[in-house]
Amino acid sequence: MPEVLVRKRVVTVEEIFHEGGPVSSKPLRRVAALAVIHNPFAGKYVPEISGYMEDLKPLGLEMAKSLVAALGGDPKIVEGYGKGAIVGQAGELEHGALWHVPGGYAMRELLGGAKAIVASTKKVGGPGARLDVPITHINASYVRSHFDSMEVGIADAPRADEILLALVMTTGPRIHARVGGLKASEMKGEDGLR
Amino acid sequence: MKTKIRKIVTFVEETRTEMGQPVNPPTRRAAAAAVIENPFAGKYVPDLTELMEVGEELGALLAERAVAALGISGPSAESYGKAAAVGENGELEHAAAILHPKLGTPVRKVLGKGAALIPSSKKRGGPGIPLDIPLGHKDAAFVRSHFDGMEIRVNDAPRANEILVAVAVTDSGRPLARVGGLTKDQIKGEDGLR
Repeated sequence: MPEVLVRKRVVTVEEIFHEGGPVSSKPLRRVAALAVIHNPFAGKYVPEISGYMEDLKPLGLEMAKSLVAALGGDPKIVEGYGKGAIVGQAGELEHGALWHVPGGYAMRELLGGAKAIVASTKKVGGPGARLDVPITHINASYVRSHFDSMEVGIADAPRADEILLALVMTTGPRIHARVGGLKASEMKGEDGLR
Repeated sequence: MKTKIRKIVTFVEETRTEMGQPVNPPTRRAAAAAVIENPFAGKYVPDLTELMEVGEELGALLAERAVAALGISGPSAESYGKAAAVGENGELEHAAAILHPKLGTPVRKVLGKGAALIPSSKKRGGPGIPLDIPLGHKDAAFVRSHFDGMEIRVNDAPRANEILVAVAVTDSGRPLARVGGLTKDQIKGEDGLR
């Protein structure tokens, strides 16, 4: 499959102290790593594309490492994750789906076998399109306090023949989480759900 | 700290190719933004001293965050800029009070030098409004390769009673700059202009 060509990378770190309630002693951090790559399948229908998933794995790993580095280097503080893609207008949504395997693999690899499915979203869009990347707990999808999302985007991407790839990690629950449900302290962590 | 901060967000952009040409070394920009409470929201207050002091605190904090995000020493920074967006219950003058009287000195302290004016922009708007932070060389405003801008936004800020304040720092000019003018190796660095 064609070489992975990266035009640009962006790392965003949000540090949230409060949202109108008590100031937390442990601020929530959300980090996003974005990469803008050339879409080798843009402008035409290519039936066989799945081999490209393997080619994206090194980039995924590099992005996941940059997230952990942005959080200070210790993967143990990561509690939530998510991923997404925005495909430029000369591509198809299916090209965004190429990110499922390498994006998930990269974060699990780095987080020591996280059990929950990596929440994801994707769309086709133009430069500056925003993506609300869904986030869930890394070991139990039903942990309600960790249902979250992070809006990402880049002013000049994706161009028509590009794909914007996103990985997101968080360090804890929503800053004033208080709507009940399964707590992180109650999870069994066996099936990735509870 | 006097400033009431809800959230801090940092952004790092790294451009590796442009129009298929490698950018080597990649150009890098960082911005640090704070979402703060506007103490004067909803009323006309003649004396804006409090916000000037907020500007002084944020100048140091945001410059340090931006430089740290690039992983460079302060003096290695090449260009800079600042901007603010005031939530709908505030005045444009509130942004001016933060940005202009006292924010620059601590920024320059972090960067070692900074003879040039810090380019700035300001606006009023709602959550998610983009800020285009103008960028110019820190020691000589006429360095043409470093005339630039960086767009940032925080999807949930500024709320009506908040102000979004940002400082941007780079370690480079535009990717593939080639429109002539003063170059950085020609800087005299005496008057902040050339």
